[in-house]
Amino acid sequence: MKRAKILLNEETLNVTVNDAGQVVTEQGAVLEEGTFTWLPPCEGKAFVLAINYADHAAELSFNAPEEPLVFLKSSNTLIGHDQKTYQPDNIDYMHYECELVVVIGKEAKNVSLEDAMDYVGGYTVGNDYAIRDYLENYYRPNLRVKSRDTCTPIGPYIIDAADVPDPHNLMIRTYINGELKQEGSTKDLIFNVPYLVSYLSNIMTLTPGDMIFTGTPEGLAHVYPGDEVIVEVEGVGALKNTIISETEYVNSLAG
Amino acid sequence: MYHYRIKKHGKVASLQVETAGEVPLENALLPAVNGAVIGVALNDKTLYNSLEKQFNQKPHVSPPKTPVLHIKTDNTHIGYGDTIRIPTTMGAVFAGPSLGIVMGKKACRVTQENAHDYIQGYTIVNEVSLAETSFYRPAVKAKCRDTFCPIGPWVIDASDVDNAQDLKISTYINDELCHETNTDQMVHSIEKIVAYISSFITLEVGDMIIAGTPLRTESLEIKAGDVVAVEIEKIGRLVNSVAAE
Repeated sequence: MKRAKILLNEETLNVTVNDAGQVVTEQGAVLEEGTFTWLPPCEGKAFVLAINYADHAAELSFNAPEEPLVFLKSSNTLIGHDQKTYQPDNIDYMHYECELVVVIGKEAKNVSLEDAMDYVGGYTVGNDYAIRDYLENYYRPNLRVKSRDTCTPIGPYIIDAADVPDPHNLMIRTYINGELKQEGSTKDLIFNVPYLVSYLSNIMTLTPGDMIFTGTPEGLAHVYPGDEVIVEVEGVGALKNTIISETEYVNSLAG
Repeated sequence: MYHYRIKKHGKVASLQVETAGEVPLENALLPAVNGAVIGVALNDKTLYNSLEKQFNQKPHVSPPKTPVLHIKTDNTHIGYGDTIRIPTTMGAVFAGPSLGIVMGKKACRVTQENAHDYIQGYTIVNEVSLAETSFYRPAVKAKCRDTFCPIGPWVIDASDVDNAQDLKISTYINDELCHETNTDQMVHSIEKIVAYISSFITLEVGDMIIAGTPLRTESLEIKAGDVVAVEIEKIGRLVNSVAAE
């Protein structure tokens, strides 16, 4: 089952997505693409793993960490599928990060490694944009880099955990304007899904809807206003969005 | 006006009263706010000055160019009278007395000059934390443990506080005064913080900013069995007991 959230006539609806990729309401109506707005499919705490692929660690000239390097995102940054992400003016390096996102399915506290997968409700796809110009060595990666309005597309939907038999063997790909830019596999995760669920649940209580962005492999590149960016996780989904300029964004706020 | 939240017949009720005396403090309250909570770290002059040497060394290399922010996740939020549960095997745990700035209007890219128009009022926060040996990486383990962020007892309207940038903050452990500071000790002012955060994070109604916690010396260490109270002049007193996790 694939579950999503959409905005239709100013109302938030819980919907499903059928095998043909169409959105179906609880009443069974099939909606035309373009008649509604995709929302983030989950609400909760958003954890993100930095440097969780060995190749990406090398790319950033870091040694692989000894324990998960986790940061948090605030909810303002999340947007749904097929939305716009704005690029601030006067920056040199803004890159996408395609990530498998684990969605917690039931309350988890002090969960063992053996039981951890029982607490995974499903998976979705995240694009964890970063603006490297703003990096500072305080609580790095700092919120100005990673928690910006519109900078974390997630979705389009959550696919049930039962429909993803092996989350540790999924290809991860990013396309800019149709061109393949980033490719990796979740088999190269340094800390895998059960490890992360167990690790976090030993710090704090996880609740349904909490998200764990599991990190990104190598293959980062700068994006430009006008670019269409698709991040894809095999067997989970493909998440599209478009980069716009700050001026365009400010104009859209003015309404 | 005093705004507080309680659980009544299994439902959350948001209530407001004219005087503090009308708030039923004999029962535990819910956290006074229910939005996102963002903290400003290193926003205390004494703390900042004590670290100046470290700021110029690795891994920091240079002092912060912008206010340093962190997130207190919702599992940390508790109300007045609730119990702070501390781990017994992770070293010392410290209280973190701070002013809480509560948003009253959606704030997106607001200026310092206009920042006050977006503030509903103020509350008291105890931003509990394990010891931080470094400010290099996000402090999830130190700051995001369940119950590590008492908020309350209420939100007082900004119009009832003359100058939020000059309020005495007193911390008591087991009724003994153990720490005093003042909101005039902030490195970045209230207006600057609101404007800075809103320059890239849209703040929603009910979101709260933890203005800044002091240097966590031994005097702020809390242990199982303690009762910790944070009092802010003109706002009130936030009381919580401490127990082992």
